[in-house]
Amino acid sequence: MKKFISDFEVLYNLRLNNQYFLLKLFNEEPLPPILPAQFVQVKIEDSPETFLRRPISIHDVNYEKNTISLLIRIAGKGTAKLSEIKAGEKLNLVYPLGNSFNLPLEDSILLVGGGCGVAPMLYTAKYFMQFGFNPTLLLGYRDKNSILRKERFEKYGNVFYTTDDGSYGEKGTVLEHSIFNSELFPYKNIYACGPTVMLKNLTYKAKLLNVTLEVSLENLMACGIGACLCCVQNTTEGHKCVCVDGPVLKANEIIW
Amino acid sequence: MVNLEINFNGLKLKNPILTASGTFGYGYEFEDFVNLNNLGGFIVKGTTRHHREGNPYPRMAETPSGMLNAVGLQNKGVEYFCKNIYPKIKDYKTNVIVNVSGSIINDYVETAEMINELDNIPAIELNISCPNVKEGGMAFGTSCSSAAQVVKEVRKVYKKHLIVKLSPNVTDIVSIAKSVEAEGADSLSLVNTFLGMAIDIKTRKPKLSTITGGLSGPAIKPIAVRMVWQVSKAVQIPVCGLGGIMNYEDVIEFMLAGASCVQIGTANFINPDITMKIIHDLKVFCNQNNIKDINEIIGAMNC
Repeated sequence: MKKFISDFEVLYNLRLNNQYFLLKLFNEEPLPPILPAQFVQVKIEDSPETFLRRPISIHDVNYEKNTISLLIRIAGKGTAKLSEIKAGEKLNLVYPLGNSFNLPLEDSILLVGGGCGVAPMLYTAKYFMQFGFNPTLLLGYRDKNSILRKERFEKYGNVFYTTDDGSYGEKGTVLEHSIFNSELFPYKNIYACGPTVMLKNLTYKAKLLNVTLEVSLENLMACGIGACLCCVQNTTEGHKCVCVDGPVLKANEIIW
Repeated sequence: MVNLEINFNGLKLKNPILTASGTFGYGYEFEDFVNLNNLGGFIVKGTTRHHREGNPYPRMAETPSGMLNAVGLQNKGVEYFCKNIYPKIKDYKTNVIVNVSGSIINDYVETAEMINELDNIPAIELNISCPNVKEGGMAFGTSCSSAAQVVKEVRKVYKKHLIVKLSPNVTDIVSIAKSVEAEGADSLSLVNTFLGMAIDIKTRKPKLSTITGGLSGPAIKPIAVRMVWQVSKAVQIPVCGLGGIMNYEDVIEFMLAGASCVQIGTANFINPDITMKIIHDLKVFCNQNNIKDINEIIGAMNC
């Protein structure tokens, strides 16, 4: 897939809560085809301390309006600086990067997102819906107030929630949701994004349930295009670059 | 029309802009952003005698105006390179240069010997300065006698242009440069990364799996410029300068210090099309400053 480098115009920067913000970005050129779990490398201007680009997963795409949405957690100095960007300003992106979640063979899909791992799941659900699938989502948050873009997510599938404190949905992490306890676990394909510990434990769970699991990883990276070899994940086939061989890997090939 | 061509001790460069090993993959990773044929040359990923899996993750840490890496020369070995990668890159109309790395002298020699057979590789860059391999690597480049020894042995089998890449992690880079020159190096490139480290203060763990790694980026530029200046004054062979170059101003600075050409490294990670912009900006600068031939500025610092 051809990659591009281009300035996008910030249409809006919406603060969702104290940790998350949503950027809607417009490009005059038509967007190339974008696949679920692909990401962009965002350049943060005037921030010499954080001069590498930041890899951010694509949250939503609108081909008619030439817009990409990014749902971003303020994780450090780079994303904090990025959170200050204003409507009308330009943001330089390298896009679209990485592979994607694979379409399943049958309509039996569970999308699992934990924390900022929910970000790519909106476009993933939308994309799968376009192919006639009816995904179920399981999204894990810290508490009720941390829930992000609830109505948007619920447009694209049946959504289950967990919160760490039990203030919404079931109490606990996504791994503790009762969906996994049911004797007849109804899904054949799980797609997940979230903290490493969540993905690791989900891998064991998927093995026990005998279902396929694809995970989207977020290893630290520099270039995003397979040149620097910094973002490697150890797998049964040796080191794989999360930026070009991923971000999606089959869970059963990962050596955690 | 400004002349950007450089005769780098027999190696003809269209312009003084090359890319640094380890920051540009095998070139084709950048094809969507760069017309590779417009480069002075590109130096492919460090290639070793045998397959190397590299160091464990994490291999990278961002630091103020720089980054640490500890990739550890991950590559599939020289035989794989000759068979599978060379055919894909041999027809670019530019200098495709292979960075040859190793941990024992015999590995350097055998690798260089195999690359010598490849018609469309006009030069190798001998990497005696990688800080990220436990054995060998930088160890060769940090003493005059071992640096001289590896160059001497490689020189016996390698018949084309031999660039030797120097480590900055030494007390006196000039004496290393001279001993490498004496053994028949055709040119020098400097500097490789500086040994550095970073610690996560919350977990108290090192940010790299190997604890230490190589620092690159603008943070190292003034030290690299100083070393290029010292070395280029002291040797007869030409010098290729690198270390934190982000734009055409940095290129001019390195050339004024004595570099005949330069390599763009970490900047490729931030702007994958940066080399094209730098070449364009260099032309504009020369035109605006009435420089007819870029060779005029090599070592032309006023002092």
